[in-house]
Amino acid sequence: MIPEIGHFALALAFAAALAQGPALYAAARADDERLAAFGRRCAYLALGAVGLAFASLAAAYVASDFSVLNVYENSHSQKPLIYKFTGTWGNHEGSMLLWALILALYGGALARQARAIPADLHRLALGTQGLIAAAFLAFMLFTSNPFERLLPAPPDGADLNPLLQDIGLALHPPFLYLGYVGFSVPFSFAVAALIRGRADSVWARLVRPWALAAWSFLTVGIALGSWWAYYELGWGGWWAWDPVENASFMPWLAGTALIHSIRVVERRDALKGWATLLAIAAFSLSLIGTFLVRSGVLTSIHAFAVDPERGVFILAILFAAVGGSLTVYALRAGSLAPTGAFAPASRETALIANNVLLAAACATVFIGTFYPLFVDVATGERISVGPPYFNMVFTPIAALAMALAAAGALMAWKRADLRALARRLAPAGAAALVAALIVAVVAEREKAAGAGWVALCVWLAGGALADLAGRVKLFGAAPGAAARRLAGLPRAAVGAALAHFGLAVFALGAAGVGLWRTEEVRLMKEGDAAHVAGYAVMLASVENTTGPNYLAERARFEARKGARETTLISERRYYPVRGMQTTEAGIRSQGGGDLYVSLGENATGEGWAVRLYFNPFVGCLWWGAGLAALGGALALSDRGRAPARAARGAAASPRAAAAEAPA
Amino acid sequence: MRRFALFAPLLAFALIGAVFAIGLTRDPARIPSALIDRPLPDFALPPIEGRTEGLSSEDLKGEVSLLNVFGSWCASCLIEHPTLMEIARSGDVAVYGLNWKDRPGDGAAWLARHGDPYARIGDDPRGHVVVALGVTGAPETFVIDKEGRVRYKHVGPITPEVWRRTLAPLIEELKRT
Repeated sequence: MIPEIGHFALALAFAAALAQGPALYAAARADDERLAAFGRRCAYLALGAVGLAFASLAAAYVASDFSVLNVYENSHSQKPLIYKFTGTWGNHEGSMLLWALILALYGGALARQARAIPADLHRLALGTQGLIAAAFLAFMLFTSNPFERLLPAPPDGADLNPLLQDIGLALHPPFLYLGYVGFSVPFSFAVAALIRGRADSVWARLVRPWALAAWSFLTVGIALGSWWAYYELGWGGWWAWDPVENASFMPWLAGTALIHSIRVVERRDALKGWATLLAIAAFSLSLIGTFLVRSGVLTSIHAFAVDPERGVFILAILFAAVGGSLTVYALRAGSLAPTGAFAPASRETALIANNVLLAAACATVFIGTFYPLFVDVATGERISVGPPYFNMVFTPIAALAMALAAAGALMAWKRADLRALARRLAPAGAAALVAALIVAVVAEREKAAGAGWVALCVWLAGGALADLAGRVKLFGAAPGAAARRLAGLPRAAVGAALAHFGLAVFALGAAGVGLWRTEEVRLMKEGDAAHVAGYAVMLASVENTTGPNYLAERARFEARKGARETTLISERRYYPVRGMQTTEAGIRSQGGGDLYVSLGENATGEGWAVRLYFNPFVGCLWWGAGLAALGGALALSDRGRAPARAARGAAASPRAAAAEAPA
Repeated sequence: MRRFALFAPLLAFALIGAVFAIGLTRDPARIPSALIDRPLPDFALPPIEGRTEGLSSEDLKGEVSLLNVFGSWCASCLIEHPTLMEIARSGDVAVYGLNWKDRPGDGAAWLARHGDPYARIGDDPRGHVVVALGVTGAPETFVIDKEGRVRYKHVGPITPEVWRRTLAPLIEELKRT
């Protein structure tokens, strides 16, 4: 019965979303508040109904109701309870339901903002949200119904892909979708602004918290996925430029450009057309990412639900959403004229340079990701684009953007004083030079590249610290006064500095792993020792164990470096229901990096294939991403300056928007 | 000019969308095989544990046959297994197996558990023949004609759909010639 309720709720949500879009568009056109109230109620109804549908599916999973096909295919009675629950979205249908739920949450949160947002803007934006929700709910109902029955019910399920039975991957999709789907709100605001032909600083202040929320969630989502790949896949890496990784990275790059350019709209009333285009691009790239994963146009380790019929449906959504919004852009963006003039040395010029670089970076990733598809369509040949392309083309652009970010963040709006800027950045520059020299002397290999990268990281981190130090007048007053000023700083400024600092920390991790990782692959028997990065690692024992739903070979390694000793455990698990094997890497963080061992097969009986790595600074990757996301969250909580023109008389309150965005 | 520039994103997307649409009609798993229409490389493999007959390239001549690469470690092989069992039961075509990179006994145990569709099985623990065949991963299935030439290669699991739409018609056609 519960699955039928879920299915019905899904259909109800579809009906509500179907009414929501036209009602709100008509309300905006006729300035009809009653119709608008009806549209808002549709958004709430859709939220309630999708919530009920999601709860129904989760209940079927937790209760191991194998009469539901989706549960049978992706769960098992012996699975730990937490993974029964998270298995709800560990499959195509369930993850689309999660997507729909998050979309409905954003829709409901936006509906609540009716009084804080100019009426025509709010109606057009919420109406656009309704159209998106209707499209995705139709997709679910017609191609991906999670509530399909399987009668008679099999005695037990086929189990969840064991790679997905992991806490990192259980959390990865919700955060990723909060990011992907979150960009639907700036998208809707952009479409609304284009339709009404006006995007101003009020508009920018309203969009900013949504964009920042989506960006922060996406940052966490990508970092979680990368972290999972690092400790679970046993290959010691954290990013492979796989098409689906790129699919999440492109909206991130576009979103990063968006949160920067939206500031220019807010403060200088310029760059409006560009900002709307970026808002459209960020969500469009999210949709393209979905298309990529769900349609199977590109082969990837992630393509777990390859089905051309679904691909056609998502492509249709893509055409409607992207084609439609870009058509509106082409027809209306000309009316979004800027009022301010730009000085060459100013914050806004630096932000434009930042946007050019981010757009270029996004384009390189896009080209690298889709080049194989273009070649296949044009010539029928199969080729693949690997990490060397991305490292060669993307890395210099990213380095340039980082170098600029330190300076840009310290520039004043309108007209920057370059001399003062040089003075404030001098300590960061000096620190970067010193760091480069130290690396050039100390490093055993990759001296030149390493010195450059470390200098860049120190420069960016130093710039962020100089920004804060300057704002609190750290070196001009009593320390107590500086601390009080820090607490009183606009949170947008602190957030920006924190995010830049996080980026520097992250880049240090990327450079450490990329340039100085050491690797050793050996056949080892019990008692054998291998050496990596000065550690002597001995395979102490291998024993067979059993887990709740798997069998495992558990290897104990004893690592020694000087007086330091540590033990690492790595497992090879076999999940009999799926007939799949997974690796649990043994990881020990110490000495500024991770010692990483991964137990392979004992195929010949002559020993286990063991991979050993030392990954310097690797922890910086996740800490840096976390700091950046925290910076985004902090900036999001900033209410900004008092609105120049009060919207609808009431106090426009982006703080309320922030508080009500689903956290 | 400026008005025209505003259409540039739309035009760019139209191009990308067209490529996506065409891309959907392509099979991403299709990898052109250098062996198509060429004779199989010569090989003679020992049997797996529990069987007496191995598999050699000579066994694959005289009749249209399927050569399926599998391993007990391969999850997708389990997905296609019921389909292979069905094909073997129908008697439409002889199914031969190449047991790839399995430990002694693992392949036999796996077949004992899930059923054995193969007329003959060659054991290829080190993957020598598999490499000569240009196999990129398991499962992979070759359609071999009466002269022992490779006529088609399917990458990934054989679903009932793949069998019905692609393999069965091809086999019927090869049987007639």
